Amino acid sequence: MSALSIEHLSIGLPQGADRAFAVEDISFAIEKGEILCVVGESGSGKSMTANALMGLLPPGVTVKSGRAMFEARDILRLPEAEKQALRGERIAMIFQEPMTALNPLMRIGEQIAEVFAAHDRFSQQERRDKALTLIREVGLPDPEKIIRAYPFQLSGGQRQRAMIAMALALEPKLLIADEPTTALDVTTQAQILKLILDLRERHGMAVMFITHDFGVVAEIADQVIVMREGRVVERGSAASVLTDPQHEYTRRLLDAIPTGKLPPARAPREVPALEIKGLRKVYRTGGGFFRPVREVRAVDDVSLTVGRGEVLGLVGESGSGKSTLGRTAVRLVTPDGGQVLVGGTDLAALSEEELRKQRHKVQMVFQDPYASLNPRQRIMGALTDGPITKGFPKAQAQARARELLEIVGLGAEAASRFPHEFSGGQRQRIGIARALAMDPELIIADEAVSALDVSIQAQVLDLLRDLRERFDLSILFITHDLRVAAQLCDRIAVMQKGKLVEIGTVHDIFLRPQQDYTRQLLAAVPGADWAKAGAA
Amino acid sequence: MWKRFSSNIGAMIGVVLLVAVIAIAIFAPLLFSHDPWQMVQRPFLAPFSMDGLPLGTDTLGRDVASQLAYGARVSLLVGLVSTLVALLIGVPLGALAGFYGNWVDEGAMRFTEFFQTIPNFALAIVLVAIFEPTLASITIAIAIVSWPPVARLVRAEVMSVRKREFVDAARLAGLSRPRILMTQVLPNTVSPIIVMASLMVATAILLESSLSFLGLGDPNAMSWGYMIGAARTVIRSAWWLSFFPGIAIVITVLALNLIGEGLNDALNPHLSRKGKA
Repeated sequence: MSALSIEHLSIGLPQGADRAFAVEDISFAIEKGEILCVVGESGSGKSMTANALMGLLPPGVTVKSGRAMFEARDILRLPEAEKQALRGERIAMIFQEPMTALNPLMRIGEQIAEVFAAHDRFSQQERRDKALTLIREVGLPDPEKIIRAYPFQLSGGQRQRAMIAMALALEPKLLIADEPTTALDVTTQAQILKLILDLRERHGMAVMFITHDFGVVAEIADQVIVMREGRVVERGSAASVLTDPQHEYTRRLLDAIPTGKLPPARAPREVPALEIKGLRKVYRTGGGFFRPVREVRAVDDVSLTVGRGEVLGLVGESGSGKSTLGRTAVRLVTPDGGQVLVGGTDLAALSEEELRKQRHKVQMVFQDPYASLNPRQRIMGALTDGPITKGFPKAQAQARARELLEIVGLGAEAASRFPHEFSGGQRQRIGIARALAMDPELIIADEAVSALDVSIQAQVLDLLRDLRERFDLSILFITHDLRVAAQLCDRIAVMQKGKLVEIGTVHDIFLRPQQDYTRQLLAAVPGADWAKAGAA
Repeated sequence: MWKRFSSNIGAMIGVVLLVAVIAIAIFAPLLFSHDPWQMVQRPFLAPFSMDGLPLGTDTLGRDVASQLAYGARVSLLVGLVSTLVALLIGVPLGALAGFYGNWVDEGAMRFTEFFQTIPNFALAIVLVAIFEPTLASITIAIAIVSWPPVARLVRAEVMSVRKREFVDAARLAGLSRPRILMTQVLPNTVSPIIVMASLMVATAILLESSLSFLGLGDPNAMSWGYMIGAARTVIRSAWWLSFFPGIAIVITVLALNLIGEGLNDALNPHLSRKGKA
């Protein structure tokens, strides 16, 4: 018998939404001890399905029809009191962002013990002991200390482990994991995935694992369903879906994944567009009467060069200083030492006023497509502000803006619209057009495709590749995702804790990594084995 | 936005009430042929006891209904103008403090705190007592006591907006800092300012009434606070003299508060207190 079986489930959206159903007539089952991956892009209804099972649907969203059988009961139609008893005890859930899912003012131990308290289990002392056992089981270091720590004192991966400990507290039969590793670094993600596999083995629970990443699917899935716009478009065992996708949408998704397949190498470039020499940036925090100043060396004596017409990938985990390096190169951050040479000018040494005149030389494409455009300014304004300040006549700047919008595939009429009328991928195209409008010598792309769905990501990467050829662009491409870097870059620089660990051509880094840390990063990429098998 | 606002019943009631009050204020000379200071009948005429004087007469035989209508002009005028002046002081100061930070921020905020440490009403009384009590000085006094919260709000909004990526993008485009503040940052702070301004008008009307009640109003302008103040000695024998102006204040302030809340829900839907989807 299945641990959970969903039959003809439809979830209705409130009036005025972009479609009538979040999820329409879907059916699937999870067997005991099985991991089912639900894959889809944003808006496919995968999270809504999970929320419906937990009774966590937002107001206005309701289950229209269908049922979800769990232990011979339809959990969608239980009275609230019984649902509450079920949650935590029989079905548990872990979320994408462990920092917001944990109570910031409660110690980790208390939060785990609270699960027992909510279900009236055990005495105070027993709850504490159980919490300790759980913390040990999920592999958190120094359990005695962790139990008394607050969430902010833990790293992202540790917080996710604490969430998993809470979810496991009452040995649930079903674990729902909603993108639990999306917010984590690759190496941490690999550890958490391994933990979930281990726990499944030991407790024999069923896992419904929601993700958008086929790499993760390749790592852990037994069964896969692919969702699109509220419908299941493909289902099957992980092996068959990954190697022999039937539906055209699945094939598109799989094709869109940046694989380890390396593009042919291009000739190395001699003329430098950007030279960074001995760059240093230290952040100082704290420092009160009784507290010593805490120093973080965000960028520690880094030197590198981006050749004219070259794409250099800057790869590292969060906190490695790669973003600080990028922001220093455009001088949004002023470095503490070192030089940033662009076309012979040292940007790091300019005064505010001189800098304003040199700004156009280096432009940036930002990570968050929703925050990087002024919501109250039309696109035309965003694209022409810079060139007009630089001295171009207005008519010429506007003509150029229309031309650029055509080039990035949006059409000239986009100019008169406001940012909220565009999707995330389209906004990123606008961001690229804005950078190009300044005719820069170098573009810095800071996680420019990280916030996008895979298929959109692939389109934007195609656009960047195309532009690179057309305009012979020099790009410093900052990313946490090695697979993406491999797609676009000529050379890759790896950063760790503010230092440059290794720099080399894509082929050298991927096929002959010299440093341990680089090898570690490469091994942690989800689905690495499967991708290699596919590439061969 | 208008759709969200108009679907809010409370806000629409507020709009209807406010439009009515404004209409009465504008058309006062047409509605009442006599001056509010003019004696028209015997004193202490109860409401509804004589045609043409629906709300009766006051201690000197003046028409209460006419006084109310002319009082609405003073209340609304003082409320609107003092709020505008308060915005003119508070918005630039808060914007500069929030945008430039460091010592500009320190200076501006200490200056603001200096005003915040003195109780509002006491400061307003002192200011009006120092100047001649005229409509202009009352308006200025109310503006001076009510700008600090505006400065604080704008500072906080500007500080959060200036960290957004589009501001970085504008810096990279080579825009000067004042230009970034004017064209990129400030337009993104207008919604909370509009909401706050609508509530400030209500507070200003209350302040003006309180000042007039204490006899610090403009002696040449009929106002609701003055009416209540003048009638307080006869509150037991002639209740209507303080009751009707009291109701007028309540209705106007309530209307403005309803509108303010409606604007808040319409402009910041994600902060809506109602939890509707």
